[in-house]
Amino acid sequence: MKPDHQIIVDIVAQGARVLDLGCGEGELLSHLRLEKKARVQGIELDEERMHTCVEKGLTVLQGDIESGLVDYPEASFDYVILNQIMQEIKKADFVVQEALRVGRRVIVGFPNFAHWSARLTLFLCGRTPINEALPYHWFETPNVRFLTIRDFIDYCTARKITIEQRYYLGKRGRMSRLPNWRAQNAIFVLTK
Amino acid sequence: MLKKESLEIVETRYFTFAEPPHPLKLQSGRSIGPVTLAYETYGRPNAEKTNAILVCHALSGDAHAAGLSPDDRTPGWWDGLIGPGRALDTNRYFVICSNVIGGCKGSTGPSSPNPETGRPYALDFPMITIADMVEAQRHLIDHLGIDKLFCVIGGSMGGMQTLQWASAYPDRVLSAIPIATALKHSPQQIAFNEVIRQAIMADPAWRKGGYYDAGQPENGLALARMIGHITFMSDQSMEEKFSRRLKKENLSFQFTEDFEVEGYLRYRGYNFVKRFDANSYLYITKALDYFDLSGLHFIPAVKSTSIRFLVISFKSDWLYPSYQSQEIVRALKRKHAYTTYFDLVSTYGHDAFLIEIEDETRLIRNFLANVGQS
Repeated sequence: MKPDHQIIVDIVAQGARVLDLGCGEGELLSHLRLEKKARVQGIELDEERMHTCVEKGLTVLQGDIESGLVDYPEASFDYVILNQIMQEIKKADFVVQEALRVGRRVIVGFPNFAHWSARLTLFLCGRTPINEALPYHWFETPNVRFLTIRDFIDYCTARKITIEQRYYLGKRGRMSRLPNWRAQNAIFVLTK
Repeated sequence: MLKKESLEIVETRYFTFAEPPHPLKLQSGRSIGPVTLAYETYGRPNAEKTNAILVCHALSGDAHAAGLSPDDRTPGWWDGLIGPGRALDTNRYFVICSNVIGGCKGSTGPSSPNPETGRPYALDFPMITIADMVEAQRHLIDHLGIDKLFCVIGGSMGGMQTLQWASAYPDRVLSAIPIATALKHSPQQIAFNEVIRQAIMADPAWRKGGYYDAGQPENGLALARMIGHITFMSDQSMEEKFSRRLKKENLSFQFTEDFEVEGYLRYRGYNFVKRFDANSYLYITKALDYFDLSGLHFIPAVKSTSIRFLVISFKSDWLYPSYQSQEIVRALKRKHAYTTYFDLVSTYGHDAFLIEIEDETRLIRNFLANVGQS
């Protein structure tokens, strides 16, 4: 299992209702269903990936993330997951607020743009950073936002969002020291 | 190898109920009885009768959904989807399809004899609704000894019946597949239906519905069907099918059929007269227009539903546009239903639900394989 998926599976409680935004081929949802007996729903835009989800027996809606949330009543899910998708969302603030309305907890996972290698590439080479967490050239990247761990914590403070738990992933798995410098990926558990 | 082949010849059967003094109560407040439903079944029920799939037909459909008809060996209207090894696999499922009440393919409708007069009901036939169609089907399902349907599936008007089943009998449906359908007709859809009805009623041969001795209002019904066929196709599918090709080499400079598309519409229109009752067309289009499961009408009895839904729309369908399926999905979200929704790529317009068998098969087979698993 991917390390970020392992962390999320560990976070989610047994039998929880889970919505995964941008669920791809349903890898994470399959783990959650199998290991946590979670009731899972995905939202995805790509038809081929959706077919793979249905083959796995997952329920998946074709739609974009921005409009996918608005119709759910409050607290429809125990967890709303925004894993590795934050950086691709145009209306990021709106989506986080909506996710907090629809889910009791929101799990956000994103690549840290302030990782030391990214900083060095930009600072020394003058080039847009490319690393394991940010693998794309500027002309092909789906990412429209480049956020750092510190940016996200500032955002949560400004919006009065509680960060319940935080997890940082470096090259060799979980780590905790100097995360904004050393972490490639961060996973936050948020509540209102 | 034999398993992939089509079903053999299938006989249509008939079930009569609501005999006096217990007529079928209709949504309008009126009653009707006795009621006969024509139906076909494919595959076998299992011992517990938990493998039944109800297939609901569209406006001009009938009970002959699969297999070959005994007289002229015509394949059923959804034969590509139903049969051994197909999406609705008759080796696994017991598939049922019945002609709707109000229809003209063996079920009680305006062309059936009125027991009070011995003559066709014509306009004495009470107005029927989608809810009435489902209520009649419910009697058939009871008669077949089925408590809970494994799945209800249908496109267009069949999709409305599917939604109605889920809404009226949420405890008797395990999964539902509404395709290319809507919770309610938009003014545009009602407008097309009204023009269609006016085309029939404006034909003097319609005789206020009392044409059964003299014969069908051919021109009106053909025109009505031509309008329908335009709405079933897309701009692109018409371009691919006909373009501006001419029937003869040169323009006629007369009001005859110059273009292939004109010939096609006339052929389809006049062919329809041979197989469909004009009054049935009026009644059923009205039922489509009356249907409304929007707002609080959708699955009103429960706060949340455990029915598994697969909602499908087609991108080029402008008669039942994708946004209407997305409204269904929205209603399902409000009911906390775990839903799968696909907006499939197709150029065939509304007809896609009858044509895009390959995509539908892949989706429906995988979906059904997991119904009842979790």
